[in-house]
Amino acid sequence: MNPFVRVGAIAAKELLQLKRDKMTFGMIVMIPLIQLLLFGFAINTNVRHLPVGVVDYSHSGLSRVLIQTISATQVVTFTRHFTNLPEAEQAIASAEVRAVLIIPGDVSQRLVRNPSVGMGSPSASDAETSRPVAQWLVDGSDTIVAGAIKGLRGMPLVELLDKPANRQTPTFEVTLLYNPEQRTVVNIVPGLAAVILTMTMIMFTSAAIVRERERGNMEMLITTPVRPIELMIGKILPYIFIGALQVAIILGLGFLLFNVPLNGSLLQLALATLLFITASLTLGLIISTIAKSQLQSMQMTIFVLLPSILLSGFMFPYEGMPLAAQYIAEALPATHFMRLIRGVVLKDVEIINMAGDMYWLALFTLGGLAVASIRFKKRLD
Amino acid sequence: MTSPSASYAIRAEKLSRRFGDTLAVQDLDLEVETGRIYGFLGPNGCGKTTTIRMLTGLLQPSAGRVEVLGFNLPDDAEKLRLHIGYMTQKFSLYDDLTIEENLRFIARIYGLNARAQKQRIEELLSIYGLQAKAKQFAGSMSGGQRQRLSLAAATLHKPKLLFLDEPTSAVDPENRREFWEQLFDLSDQGTSILVSTHYMDEAERCHKLAILENGIKRADGSPDELMQQMGSSVVEISSSELRSLKQILIALPEIISAAQLGARLRVLVKDSVGDPVGFLSQQPSVKPEDQLNRVRPSLEDVFVTCTGVRADSGEQP
Repeated sequence: MNPFVRVGAIAAKELLQLKRDKMTFGMIVMIPLIQLLLFGFAINTNVRHLPVGVVDYSHSGLSRVLIQTISATQVVTFTRHFTNLPEAEQAIASAEVRAVLIIPGDVSQRLVRNPSVGMGSPSASDAETSRPVAQWLVDGSDTIVAGAIKGLRGMPLVELLDKPANRQTPTFEVTLLYNPEQRTVVNIVPGLAAVILTMTMIMFTSAAIVRERERGNMEMLITTPVRPIELMIGKILPYIFIGALQVAIILGLGFLLFNVPLNGSLLQLALATLLFITASLTLGLIISTIAKSQLQSMQMTIFVLLPSILLSGFMFPYEGMPLAAQYIAEALPATHFMRLIRGVVLKDVEIINMAGDMYWLALFTLGGLAVASIRFKKRLD
Repeated sequence: MTSPSASYAIRAEKLSRRFGDTLAVQDLDLEVETGRIYGFLGPNGCGKTTTIRMLTGLLQPSAGRVEVLGFNLPDDAEKLRLHIGYMTQKFSLYDDLTIEENLRFIARIYGLNARAQKQRIEELLSIYGLQAKAKQFAGSMSGGQRQRLSLAAATLHKPKLLFLDEPTSAVDPENRREFWEQLFDLSDQGTSILVSTHYMDEAERCHKLAILENGIKRADGSPDELMQQMGSSVVEISSSELRSLKQILIALPEIISAAQLGARLRVLVKDSVGDPVGFLSQQPSVKPEDQLNRVRPSLEDVFVTCTGVRADSGEQP
């Protein structure tokens, strides 16, 4: 009795059933394809053209030029003019505009004394000179929007008075590595590979054992000499290839459509991906041995999927989370793969230098297989 | 296997199984001889499936001792699996695989090499008349075809002992007859068979059978033995007013049951009544012109005497 033959029999049967299930088969290709296009184009943290309003108390030519100068940055678009403050606040509350610029009546006096304009060199202690030119009222509930408006705080106003720029030496020199143009999509595409793999791999296998039970095949299967570990390995084998196919679709299209670079070695990428796929598949198997129905297995998949999206560093930096959340994130395979794939694809890191993440994925796979095999009883009670 | 149990395929002592508060099987003693067809007869929910699951190692007994093919259960369940075949009550092969694919899957699980697989599958397809349907999906087949496929799959590895849980419940009478011919062929080749059923005509074909009710064995033996040792006599009454007569007779403590068969009433009278025909003709409700005949008991009569209910009157599970 050869265990490899039995594993092969289970894997071949899974592939056949998968081939017959046209819907699922289509999803293997369509999920990464559509989600990549959707999120690749949609997700952008570089905010542009925020709708804003203005309350102009000065009614001067200067205030109109000021508004034009700010519009030229493309960060905001002035869509409304308000005559008074309460009206403007109402518009912010109803999300008609995200911020309102209040131009005071004495804007020209403030402007000529502003240090950024560089008229003479007034002392910093002079209260008159340190007054800002105008005020922004911002819907601060969205931190990304608030950040974009805050970025306007130090904007140069020299064009306003047609004077040469007052060149200041910045305190720090900042050099942006790996993504100098600061395109969000560069960070999103490799991360998306991790998220989509988490979703499809866990989803496929979490239904694997439950489906046999629901369709009544389990009673036959457990009277055969197949061992639990053989059943588990046979169930995940076909999906390893499917996972690899999905990563190829995401990174390939990311390169072609969004110009996301593939800096690292493909072999190293394949190794890291393989480990992550097996880790996700065994997580699905564990779910499958717990769930009593396919509906339950779906619910548990989502229970794992959400933290994998939100805590793994896909959307928000890992370092910004409190310690407890970081521990949870460390347990999730997606967090480790997020670091690995971004490292290899964007920064050409050798995976040997990220051995910790690799070890965790390997450990997770072995532990998961053991747990699933032990939990799976060849009995009905 | 040199133990004295070698001539028995199955031996169970005081086998019990509890689900929560209900006893599904209670103190069941069982001896199934090698090479025989042994029947479990009983209404749905009487513990037939639970017993079969315990005997195949799928359920752990709450109490009792089981020895199947010389293996002690539940400890040796894994070793036993190579030697038994199990045809489940519900179709348990894959609907989305063809007949051939289903059989090939089972053949590979049991470790047959490529040549043996091909040969055995062709053999089974011809025995069970499935060659023409080999490429058809199992899900699209008729009840009779599915049942033959299930039997082919259960016997693919040539098991010494075959468990069949209500194998003919979704099959028409003609297919049932054919199916039993195939069972006798298997038995002739030395396979021991345990089959559960709620059909009397099927039970009558078994070499030996046990009548189960509410998880308790009420009687066992060969169909002839059971009929001889029934403990009641059967009298058929031809009368004009059978419905009212039945109501009156059934109320008597000496009468076990009365069932109408066309123009006759089949009455089971306890053996404590010495002369059943005389006893019945003295009843005021039986008119002098009515005809009373003592007849040979059937298995159905045995069943009714043992359990007080008809086998096919049980609730669906």
